[in-house]
Amino acid sequence: MILFGIGFSNLLLQKNLIKKIIGLNIMDTATYLFLALKGYIDGRKAPVVVDGIQSVEAYVNPIPSGLVLTGIVVSVSVTALMLSLTIRLYRRYHTLDLDEISTLLKKEEK
Amino acid sequence: MDFIRNFPFFSIVLSLFSGPLSSILGGKWAKRVNLAVIVLCGVLSGAVLWYVRRTGEAFVYTMGHFPAPWGNEIRAGILEALMAAFFCVIMLLCMLGGTREREEEIEASKQNLYYIMVDLLLCSLLALIYTNDLFTAYVFVEINTISACGLIMIKQNGRTIEAATRYMIMSLLGSGLLLLGLCFLYDLTGHLLMSNIQESVHAIAASGQYQRPLLVAICLMCVGLAIKSALFPFHTWLPDAYGYSTVSSAAILSSLVSKGYIFLLVKIFYRVIGFDIFSGSKVIHVLFVFGIAGMIMGSVDAIRESDIRRMIAYSSVAQIGYIYMGFGLGTTEGMIASIYHVICHGATKSLLFVAASGIMDASGKSRYFKDLDGAGHRNRLAGVAFTVGSLSMVGVPMFAGFISKLFFSQAAVGHAIKMLPTLIALAISTILNAVYFMKTVIRIYSPMKTPVMDGKTAETENQETMSGNPAPLPEGYREITVRQQPIKAAAMILFILLNIMLGLNSEPLIGLIEQGLEMFS
Repeated sequence: MILFGIGFSNLLLQKNLIKKIIGLNIMDTATYLFLALKGYIDGRKAPVVVDGIQSVEAYVNPIPSGLVLTGIVVSVSVTALMLSLTIRLYRRYHTLDLDEISTLLKKEEK
Repeated sequence: MDFIRNFPFFSIVLSLFSGPLSSILGGKWAKRVNLAVIVLCGVLSGAVLWYVRRTGEAFVYTMGHFPAPWGNEIRAGILEALMAAFFCVIMLLCMLGGTREREEEIEASKQNLYYIMVDLLLCSLLALIYTNDLFTAYVFVEINTISACGLIMIKQNGRTIEAATRYMIMSLLGSGLLLLGLCFLYDLTGHLLMSNIQESVHAIAASGQYQRPLLVAICLMCVGLAIKSALFPFHTWLPDAYGYSTVSSAAILSSLVSKGYIFLLVKIFYRVIGFDIFSGSKVIHVLFVFGIAGMIMGSVDAIRESDIRRMIAYSSVAQIGYIYMGFGLGTTEGMIASIYHVICHGATKSLLFVAASGIMDASGKSRYFKDLDGAGHRNRLAGVAFTVGSLSMVGVPMFAGFISKLFFSQAAVGHAIKMLPTLIALAISTILNAVYFMKTVIRIYSPMKTPVMDGKTAETENQETMSGNPAPLPEGYREITVRQQPIKAAAMILFILLNIMLGLNSEPLIGLIEQGLEMFS
């Protein structure tokens, strides 16, 4: 939860685009940790069949792990997209500060 | 099992696969495929609507034939099919209305990329509407965000890239909150399918345990989706994104993308949490307050704007405020009014964007009010279309906006505490709407003149325009007749007809929405 808070405020408050993206990743990771924690049951094994199928009692809940995997795929693609946008902006304006870019844009229009 | 039951799945998969297909096609063929897919999805959704009305009950389609608690499901009722068909119609008209702008503004080698994005957007919207599984909904929310971002930045200049970055940041905040809300709910209930969650939520609410986590989960999901659909305090990304992207993107974004999230929120209220639990929680008061603030602040911002596209974008903020205010009333009538307003706003706002582009064409591509004098005479059809859209937004009888305002006030009457604020806010925002839309309409029908004026209100401008003298057309200003832009003209005429139809003949639609909401619970 604390990690989620750190990531969230980073994404919202940081001016630097790269730091915003790091914030986003911290936020996502926090959510995945939360999910993984909730899926774990003490003293049981991962739901992978090694030596024959055992009883239901032997395994932890596999669904949260599935959700985490899906979530990781989503966050990887989103991060890639954000990074490419950042590169575009940097090449054009030579700064990573979003507010500075806005002022440059306003100057451009006049 | 009837064959029609496969149709929702077909329409999702069809639009999903047309995306990769478009990537190997040239721009022209990609466009044809895209239009064909939209039409086909519309027809399929129409068939589903007809089927569900005939059988009188919603059906559930199990993906891969795994039974309920494990498998992934698609669910189609009247409301879902209605929204899907409606989204297809609006998307088709938006694509038609912006054809020429797209071809001018997007590099030739990137044309087909645009259609990939539109295909994926359609796919994710349909999936959001039909899915019965919360995590699938989350995945498609992300697909929706990414393709919407592509639509914003396809017109390559600094403005749109910056707008796309801002949009992504806000959207990612929203989807992060939504995901966390989903995780909380999964913890509490142990299910991901909406119907199963609803049962567990009812059991939890009845047992009196875990009340606070449940409330937190509801809050997180509401705030997440509210950020994504640009409810008032989170609307900062919206004017840039709608104001600078190409016309059909702006129309699609404002009338479909944000509406997809709102529809998902409606589904969560009804299908996941259960309407009685939701309306008993305090979340609705928060939504109500922010909705009203959005209605007024959005309109005030729109009045201060000197750019026609950004003005329409700010007006969207106000309209989203209406919709959330309807949710905030916490009654079934309020929900019906909100859903009707989703439809009516979708039809009107895209009309306004397309008409505004026609007006700008006739005025040398300028987007500032001071250059738009007399544009309604130079491009008559766009002028008429813009006037119809404005009248509908203001809420003049005969047009779509009037009906939804009527329903909002009817829903508010009889509500003990919220009646007065709702009615006052409706009145104030109607007046504000009238100020900025009528200002524009008067402007585009006033004669040309050279001096620039700074009039702020409709009255002073009216007086000043009376004294203006007709001048020869400056460079870039041209007359545009219907024949020069047949496709856009057809799209605008269809939009106008749709608006008047929604305004004059709303009973069947309201009936459908009522039945659909009944099916939800």
